[in-house]
Amino acid sequence: MTLIFPLLSLFIWLPIIGGIGLLTLKNKNQESLSRGLALIIALISLGLCIPLIVGFDSGTAAMQWREQMPWIASLGIHYALGVDGFSVPLIVLTCFMTLLVVLASMVSVKDRIQQYLAAFLIMQGLMCGAFVALDAILFYTFWEAMLVPMFLIIGMWGGKNRIYATIKFFLYTFLGSVLLLIAIIYLNITARKMGLAYDQVFNILAFHNLPLSLIEQKWLFIAFLIAFAVKIPMFPVHTWLPDAHVEAPTGGSVILAAILLKMGGYGFLRFILPITPDASFTFATGIIGLSLIAIVYIALVTLVQTDMKKLIAYSSISHMGFVTLGLFIVFGILLSSKDPSSAVIGIDGAMVQMISHGFVSAALFLCVGVLYDRMHSRQIKDFGGVVNTMPAFAAFFMLFALANVGLPGTSGFVGEFLVILGAFKAQFWLAVLAGTTLILGASYTLWMVKRVVFGAVGSVAVGSLKDLNPIEIMMFVLLGLAILWLGLWPAPLLELMHASSNHLIEQLMQSKL
Amino acid sequence: MQTEMLMLHNLALIIVFLPLLASVITGIGCRTVSRTFAHSLTISAVGLSFFLSCWILKALVFEGNPGWNQTLYTWGVSGNTSFQIGFLIDRLTALMMVIVTFISWMVHIYTVGYMRDDPGYQRFFSYISLFTFGMLMLVMANNFLQLFFGWEAVGLMSYLLIGFWFQRESAIFASLKAFLVNRVGDLGFLIGIAAILYYFGSLNYDSVFHDVRELAARGDMLIIMNNHEWSAITVICIALFIGAMGKSAQVPLHVWLPDSMEGPTPISALIHAATMVTAGVFMVARMSPLFEYSEVALNFVLVIGAITCLSMGLLGVVQNDIKRIIAYSTLSQLGYMVIALGVSAYGAAIFHLMTHAFFKALLFLGAGSVIIALHHEQNIWKMGNLKKYMPITYITMLIGSLALMGFPLFSGFYSKDLIIEMVHASELPASKFAYAIVVGSVFITALYTFRLFFVVFHTKERMDKHSIEHLQESPAVVWVPLVLLAIPSVIAGGMFIQPLLQGYFGNSLVVHPNHLALTEHSVEFKGIFAMAVQGLSGLPFWLGIAGILTAWGCYIKYREIPLLLQKKFSLLYSIFKNKYGFDLFNEWILAPGARGVGWIFWRLGDRLVIDDIGVNGSANSIGKFSKVVRRFQTGYLYHYAFTMIAGFLALLVWLMLT
Repeated sequence: MTLIFPLLSLFIWLPIIGGIGLLTLKNKNQESLSRGLALIIALISLGLCIPLIVGFDSGTAAMQWREQMPWIASLGIHYALGVDGFSVPLIVLTCFMTLLVVLASMVSVKDRIQQYLAAFLIMQGLMCGAFVALDAILFYTFWEAMLVPMFLIIGMWGGKNRIYATIKFFLYTFLGSVLLLIAIIYLNITARKMGLAYDQVFNILAFHNLPLSLIEQKWLFIAFLIAFAVKIPMFPVHTWLPDAHVEAPTGGSVILAAILLKMGGYGFLRFILPITPDASFTFATGIIGLSLIAIVYIALVTLVQTDMKKLIAYSSISHMGFVTLGLFIVFGILLSSKDPSSAVIGIDGAMVQMISHGFVSAALFLCVGVLYDRMHSRQIKDFGGVVNTMPAFAAFFMLFALANVGLPGTSGFVGEFLVILGAFKAQFWLAVLAGTTLILGASYTLWMVKRVVFGAVGSVAVGSLKDLNPIEIMMFVLLGLAILWLGLWPAPLLELMHASSNHLIEQLMQSKL
Repeated sequence: MQTEMLMLHNLALIIVFLPLLASVITGIGCRTVSRTFAHSLTISAVGLSFFLSCWILKALVFEGNPGWNQTLYTWGVSGNTSFQIGFLIDRLTALMMVIVTFISWMVHIYTVGYMRDDPGYQRFFSYISLFTFGMLMLVMANNFLQLFFGWEAVGLMSYLLIGFWFQRESAIFASLKAFLVNRVGDLGFLIGIAAILYYFGSLNYDSVFHDVRELAARGDMLIIMNNHEWSAITVICIALFIGAMGKSAQVPLHVWLPDSMEGPTPISALIHAATMVTAGVFMVARMSPLFEYSEVALNFVLVIGAITCLSMGLLGVVQNDIKRIIAYSTLSQLGYMVIALGVSAYGAAIFHLMTHAFFKALLFLGAGSVIIALHHEQNIWKMGNLKKYMPITYITMLIGSLALMGFPLFSGFYSKDLIIEMVHASELPASKFAYAIVVGSVFITALYTFRLFFVVFHTKERMDKHSIEHLQESPAVVWVPLVLLAIPSVIAGGMFIQPLLQGYFGNSLVVHPNHLALTEHSVEFKGIFAMAVQGLSGLPFWLGIAGILTAWGCYIKYREIPLLLQKKFSLLYSIFKNKYGFDLFNEWILAPGARGVGWIFWRLGDRLVIDDIGVNGSANSIGKFSKVVRRFQTGYLYHYAFTMIAGFLALLVWLMLT
C-alpha cells in the first residue's frame, strides 16, 4: 500500500507540464506541432481514466489511489490526494471535455494557438487537482490557481466586453475565495485545538469528523456557501455567468459550463454537507427555496434571451438548481422517513445532473461556436432555417436541445427525474415546482431551436452556410454517444458513486451536536 | 415449454427492436441510401413486427399462454430503488401491439405513394419507424419508467413529424405547440410517477398492482394544502390522468391536436388518430387496478371525457378543412373512450380504441388520397362530386363514415353501443350527465361525418379546371391500404365483441367488485346480429339517422339553411369558429404573460437589483481601488495572480506566527 503508482499526480502534472512545454514552442511554423502535442496529451489523460476506473473499488466510500507527502511540513500542509465515487466521474468529465476543446480548437482558433492550448491543458491539470486534493490548502491552491488560465482565456480570446465580464467574475469569486480561506483556517485552528496529528490538521477528511457547535457550523456554512454558491452559481449570485459566457471563446464556455460550475457542486459534497451537517439541516429550507427560484425564475428569464450563449448560460443556472435541490431535499426525505436508503436518490440525482449538464451544456456551447465561426453572430434573430443548409448540424443540435429539455433516453432526463422523485418524497409542492422545468425548459430550448434551425432560409448568410466538417462531426458524435449512453443506461455511473452516496447520507444523519 | 417461453421472449425483443434498427439505419444514412432501400427496409421491418405480434397474440389467446413479465436490463439503482427496463406481455398488450404494428404497416405502405415527390422521403420513413418503436415500448412496458420513456418518445416523434415540413411557419409553430401542451400533461404524469414511487417504493407494475389494495385499505392521505387532504390513490390517479389528458388531447389540453394537422397526412392517420393519441386511454386502462380504488378520479375522468366528447364534436361541424374536421372527430371519439374509462368499462374503451384506430386511419388516409389528387387542397368547399373520379376512395370513405357514426353491423356500432350501455348502467354521480352527452353526440357525429362526406363526394364540382383535368383515382400503394383498413372497419366490431364480453382481457384489466363489470350479462348480449337488430330500435340509431338527414338537408338539398343559421346565431357561430377561445387565451394571455414575467424578472431582478445596485455598485468602488493598483501592473489579470500570491504569503506568515 505504501508504494502505489502515482496515477492521480499524473492527472495533475501531465497536462500542466505539457502545457508549459507548449508555451516554449514558437508561434510560427510550429502550430501543427503544438496542436498534435496537445491532442496527444489530452488523449493520454483520457486514457488514464481507464486504469482509474478499472482500479477503483466502488464497494467502498474510502478514498482510493491515495498519495500523501508533506508539502509545507511546518504547518502540517500536505500534498495529499485521493478519489472517491464523487471525484472519479468529475475527473473523467474533465479529461473528456479538454479533449473536446482541443478538437474544437483545430477548426476555430487561429490566433496564438500555443498559448490557447497551453491555457486549457494547465486548466485541466488544475481542475483535476481540485477534484483529487484531500488537503484543504492544496484544494484552495488549485481552486484559486485555475482562475488564472480562465481569466487569460477570456481576456485574450474573448469578445468586446470582456473587461466588464472579468471584473464581474473577479468580484464575485474574490469574495467567495476570501471566505473559503477563512473557513479553512478556522477549521485548521479547531483541528489543532483538538490535538490532531500534524498530517491531519488540514486534511479535509479529518475536518469531516471535527466536532463543531451549531453556531460554529452556521458561520462555516455561510462562508463555504458563498464560495461555492458563486461557482455553481446559485441565485442571487449568478449574474456573472451569462456575461462571462458571452465574452468567453467557445472553449472557455465549454470548460466554464462543463467543469468550473461543477466545482461548486463538488464543494457542497466535499465540504459543506459533511463538515456542517447540522447547519445544512438548519438552512436546508433556505437553500431549497433558492434552488426553486433558480429553477423557475431563471427559466422565465431564459425565455426572453435573444443571445444564444446567454440563453444557454441562463439555462445552465436553471439546471444547476437541480443540483442544489437534490442535495438539500435529502434532509426533507430524512425527516419524513427514517430510511437512509430512500434519501440517496437526492444525492444521486444531483451528481448525475452535474455530469449530464457537463455534456449537454458543452455540446450546446460547441453548437453555438460552430454557428459563430461561420456567421460571427450569436443573435437568434440573425438565424432561421439553418437546417436547410446544415442538416447534419441541425440533427445534432436537435439531439442536444432535447437532452437540455430532459427527454427520457438522454442524460438530461436522469438527474431531473431522480431529483423530482426525491422531491416528492420530501414534499408534494417541491416536486410540482421543480417539475415546471418540464414545461419551461422545453419552452426556451425548443423555441430557440425553432427560431434558429427551422423555417425557411432566413438570410443570405444562412443560405451560404457550410455544414459540419469531419472534426466537428467527431466532436458531436462523441458528445452524442455520451449523452445517449448516460440516458439509456446510467447504471454504471450510479454504481460508481453508490458507496460514496450512502456514506454521505450516513454522515448527514449523524449530528455533530 | 421452457424453450417456447424463451422463444416468445426473443420474439418480443425482435418486435420492438426491428423498427428501431430500420429507423436508425435509414436515419443515419438518410442522405445516402436510396428511396427504395429506405421504404423496403422500414416496411419489411414493421411488417415483420406485425406478423410476430400476431404470433404472440395467437399464443396468448389460442394456446392458453397466460402472458409473462420479462426484464431486459437494470437501468439504474439508486438507494433502495431499482429501475428496470422490461416487457409485460398480456392480452391487453398483445392486442395493442397488433393494432399499432398493423396501422403503422399500412401507413408505411401508403407513404410510398403519398410522399413520392418529397425531398425528405428517407427521413420520413426513419421517423415513422422510430415512432413505431416508441409506441411499442409504451404499450409493452412493465414499469412506469419505461412507460414514461415511450410516452416521451412518441411525443418527440409527433413533434418532429408535425414539423416535418420545416420550411412552413405554421407547421413548426404547430409542432412546438404540440410539444409544449403535451409537456403540461407530462408534468402531471411525472408527479403521478413520483407519487407511485413514494407510496409503493417501486415503479414496477406487478408490485404496484399487488400493493394497491393494501394502500387503499390503509387510506394514506396526502396533505395538499393546510387542512386539505386527498387520498393518496386519488392524487396518483388524477396526476396520471393529467398526463393522459395531454397525450389523448382532452379539454383543456386538446388545443394541439387540430393544429397537428399541419403534418403530412400519413402521420395524422398513424399518430394523431390511431395510435399515439390513444396512448392516454391505453395507459388508464393499464392502470385500472389503481383507478378502480378512486371514485373521485373516476368521476373526474368521466366529466373530462364527456366535456371533450360533446364540445369537440360541435366544433367539427363548423370546420372547412377536411383534415381538421376529422381531427375534431378524433377528439370527440377520444372523449367516448375516456368516458368508457370513467365508468370502469375499460374493455369497451380499448374496444373503441381498436375500431376507431381502423376507421379513423381509413378516413385520414382517404382524406389524404383526396388531398393529393387535388394537389394539396384541403378546403372541402373547393372539392365536390369526387365520387365520379375516385370510386375506391369514395367507397372506402363511405365505409369509414358509417363505421364512425356507428351504423349497425359496422365496427363502430358495437364499440359505441357498448359504451352507451355501460354509461347508462353506471352508478357514478356524473354518469347521468355523461349519458346525455354520449347519446347526443351520436347525432353530432353523424352530422359532421356526413357533412364532410356529402360536400366532398357529392354536390357539384367546385375544383378549378386545372385540377379536374388531372383528377383520377390514387395509385395502388395508396388505395390498397384503404381497402385493407376498410375490411377491419367493417368486421372488427362484430368479431371482437363476443370474446370481449366473454372476458377476453382476463386479469389484465381490473374492475372493483363495487363497479359494474363488462360482461355478457351486463349488456344482455345475444349475438352480433341480434345486437344489430336491437340497435335499429334504439335511440342512438335514430339520432344517427337524423344526423345524416340533417347533413343531407343542409348541404345537398337546402344549401341556404346553414348560412341562415350562421347569421341567426352569429354569436354562437363565432364562439365555435374561435374554438371556445382556448387558442386565443394561450396565444394572447398565457404565452405573452410568461414572456412578460420573464422579461420583468430579467430587467428588474437580474439587471437592476442584482447587477446595477449590487454588483456594479461595489464594482465602482473597487474600480477606484484598482486604478491605484493598475499603476503597478499592466492589467487586471495580473492583479489577480498578484493578489492571490500576496494573500497566500500573508497567510503563511500569519500561520507561522500563531
